[in-house]
Amino acid sequence: MRRIRYILQKEFLQIFRDKALLPIIIIIPIIQLVVLSYTATYEIKNIRLVVVDQDHTPDSRALTREFTGSPFYKLEGSLPNYAQAFHLMQKGTADQILVIEPHFEKNLETTKKASVQLITNAINGSAAGVMQGYGVSIINGFHNNIQIEQHPGQAKGLPIQTDTSYWYNPELNYFTFMVPGILVLLVSLIGLFLSSMNIVKEKELGTITQLNVTPINKFEFIAGKLIPFWVIAMADLTVGLLVARFWFDIHIAGNPVLLLFVTSVYMVLILSFGLFISTMAQTMQQAMFISWFFLVIFILMSGLFTPIESMPAWAQEFNRINPLAYFIKINRMIMLKGSVFSDIRNEFFILAGYAIAMLGFSTLRYRKTS
Amino acid sequence: MSEKIIEVKDLVKKFGNFVANDHLTFDVNRGEIFGFLGANGAGKTTAIKILTGLSKPTSGDVQVAGVNVSKYPERVKKKIGYMNQSFSLYDDMTVRENFRFYGGIYGLSKAEIKERTKHFLTKLNMEAYGNRMLKSIPLGWKQKLAFSVANIHNPGVIFLDEPTGGVDPITRRQFWELIYEAADRGTTVFVTTHYMDEAEYCERVCILSEGKIKALDTPVKLKQDFNTTNMNDVFLKLARNVE
Amino acid sequence: MWTFIKKEFFHIFRDYRSMIILFGIPVIQVLLFGFAITNDVNNAKVAVLDHSKDPVTREITQKILSSNYFQLQQYLKSDNEIKPAFRKGNIKEVIVFEPHFAQKLNTEGKAHIQLILDATNPNTASILNNYTNGIINTYTLEKMKKENKLPTELNIHTTMMYNPELKSAFMFVPGIMTVILMLVSAMMTSISITREKELGTMEALLVSPVKPQVIILGKVTPYVALSSVIFVIIVALSRFVFGMPIRGSLLLLFGESLLFLIMALSLGILISTVSKSQQQAMLLSMFVLMMPTILLSGFIFPIENMPLFLQYLSDLMPGKWFIIIIKNIMLKGNGIEYFWKDTIIIIVMTLFFLGVSIKKFNVRLEPSSKKK
Repeated sequence: MRRIRYILQKEFLQIFRDKALLPIIIIIPIIQLVVLSYTATYEIKNIRLVVVDQDHTPDSRALTREFTGSPFYKLEGSLPNYAQAFHLMQKGTADQILVIEPHFEKNLETTKKASVQLITNAINGSAAGVMQGYGVSIINGFHNNIQIEQHPGQAKGLPIQTDTSYWYNPELNYFTFMVPGILVLLVSLIGLFLSSMNIVKEKELGTITQLNVTPINKFEFIAGKLIPFWVIAMADLTVGLLVARFWFDIHIAGNPVLLLFVTSVYMVLILSFGLFISTMAQTMQQAMFISWFFLVIFILMSGLFTPIESMPAWAQEFNRINPLAYFIKINRMIMLKGSVFSDIRNEFFILAGYAIAMLGFSTLRYRKTS
Repeated sequence: MSEKIIEVKDLVKKFGNFVANDHLTFDVNRGEIFGFLGANGAGKTTAIKILTGLSKPTSGDVQVAGVNVSKYPERVKKKIGYMNQSFSLYDDMTVRENFRFYGGIYGLSKAEIKERTKHFLTKLNMEAYGNRMLKSIPLGWKQKLAFSVANIHNPGVIFLDEPTGGVDPITRRQFWELIYEAADRGTTVFVTTHYMDEAEYCERVCILSEGKIKALDTPVKLKQDFNTTNMNDVFLKLARNVE
Repeated sequence: MWTFIKKEFFHIFRDYRSMIILFGIPVIQVLLFGFAITNDVNNAKVAVLDHSKDPVTREITQKILSSNYFQLQQYLKSDNEIKPAFRKGNIKEVIVFEPHFAQKLNTEGKAHIQLILDATNPNTASILNNYTNGIINTYTLEKMKKENKLPTELNIHTTMMYNPELKSAFMFVPGIMTVILMLVSAMMTSISITREKELGTMEALLVSPVKPQVIILGKVTPYVALSSVIFVIIVALSRFVFGMPIRGSLLLLFGESLLFLIMALSLGILISTVSKSQQQAMLLSMFVLMMPTILLSGFIFPIENMPLFLQYLSDLMPGKWFIIIIKNIMLKGNGIEYFWKDTIIIIVMTLFFLGVSIKKFNVRLEPSSKKK
């Protein structure tokens, strides 16, 4: 066991001497955390609207004003006909077109039946859904006002009203949602790449043979490789949490110690996985590709960017073996909802079992004899 | 004669259909400098890997320092030193750090590591270079350092796999002086090489070709047998017989 | 020339693990994005806390639960149960009906429903809020119409242009194409050229009578072929598996893709001239190329909603322009008159990358040519 100390000493020396590696593991992740967190938003504002008003009456203008007054909309232009408006959508400068029919005001007053058209660019399907929702509710609100105005005795607005409260994130702040996730992503990325390249690097340099003729045992070897990266990842995470706290003003609702404890177990899992890849790969290029391959799948499925609940059943089943999915879930529960250990117990034990298994695999897979 | 430290009986190693080591049988005495000669691909490295427990033999019996290597590869590793043709010290660590690391791996105490490092640096006249990065040290010196590192735990046997590849004759000379010193202290030296002049330095040599032992004796005896004045001719004659 | 290309092909195809991954990543990504990854919200788990339990509240609950968006997880009995239900992490929304709901609706003409949303994911929360409000409003309007309480009617005809079924694949496929072409072309070329540098085989090639341009061309050609094959696979998958249309000219699509490919390869060559080792080339491609391409090109996150500074930054991403072009051709069915500007931007970028790398390459070659 005394030997581990010397292995650790050597690994740390090598990491801190690598001038190209240090910025990559310390500075770049922090910069990326800050920059990427600003990119990661689905928030929809400044919808570019083109109005085709074929009526030109106080009512039709009032409807247009309802849109331009909304914080979500930006009037891109008013055009006389649909063809010209559609051309703007084809060009990509309009997101939504509102067409007000001729005799709109008259129809509302006399036939009591009027109609408008709302055309939404739906290439981004989920954004289109939200944009259409905004448009429809503005039009309905306008209609409601008209009714109250014109028939003050009859209508009092909609009888059933809803109040919405957004818990855990009342301002619908994207940072509180994305920053913890991106932090997990970056820490996993660094942990996996560093560990997966490490053993294979010694293979490429030939130093592994020299180690294999020493009485070093498998467990000491794996532990000696794992601990330095574990320390670095935990340090990265801590710095990241500080950035989240002081730059993005995200408060950890739960217990930070619990969060660090779960992270420490998760990192053992990720690093063991990386070392496992490293024992299998023959070249660093291969190790890089294999890690990239798994990481891409794990990230996309993890619920970091898109909700897991919307995935088909098979994809949700797949997430049973996705370490990132467990960890992102636990991470958000602790950071945002203040969940305590009993809330995350199941996920935690799965993660811990997985970590032990993976550590075992990588230890077994490392062979001193060929 | 003296006590045997390496005993190999009927060692066979196959890679698929290719036979790399074909029924090798030989012994090495304690304190001996034993040369393992052969052209590239003759099976030298394969054999040395088996002797050091890096590779498992297909069949045969291998005892090193009283340990059955194929059964207990880990036990034998405490008793041997090894240096490889691409001497595997870490380029991004200093000379002293390399000593410390390998000393630690072999379970030496702090005081022992310090004492051994000092001893080797003094012997190599490299006291001033202890804190230099290995990558800034010339090739020939690196090889001498690698040899010292492989000796740090005073192993009973040291295996050298083509230790002098690619260095100038003077450095090679100095390197062999180190080998003699180790042998004088009672360390057995098992060395592979394809430099025939180096073969003359060995007490006994074993010439390998196509995985088989073609000759095994003292250089003097071999030269007599083949009726030549140097080992190079012995080797060439053997090679011709093969063809 | 031909022998060079053959040598490179041989090199690439012999490493079967990398091959599997090279072809595996695009296929798996396309399938994942098409089938599994979606920003829509389906089957969100909700809990209902009904303090009233009358026919109206039951009818509204029924309406909400019968849509695809929601799935009932449990009925709660008291306000105290809301918090623990959320903290367990499965429930996204709690719908609370106030006591005497139907009675209030009749006598006072007003009743309240409280929607409590788990806003840890703000996107899901606002979408769910939209859905719930929409269902409740539709219900209310129908009820009013039945009771003749609606004096006027305003019909809204909505159209979802280009993607009426709101398939996520339409949004993601152009992004995946871009990222994959980048990955294979830029990253692979940079690594393979640096590898030759590292192993010293590049020197050997450079002292041979073959011109450096030919060597580079020889290295690059197999990747052009490889990327083209992968591109065709992705287009075929998106067309036949996800029903993504190709409304514009197929020829134009391939032409633009070839242009983008050449751009990516020039970028790869540029990276290889500045990096000293494979590891450096990999990490450079990874952090400087891949991550920004994924996040800043409009692949997952719409650029229009980013801070202004990042929007300017995104203009520097070649991927952004390519994604615009693909969407124009495949989804909008537009011709070149709609995106000639974007095409010119990519051409300028290509020329820039090529120019810089040729300059760098020549500087590196000069000392060795002087020795002659």
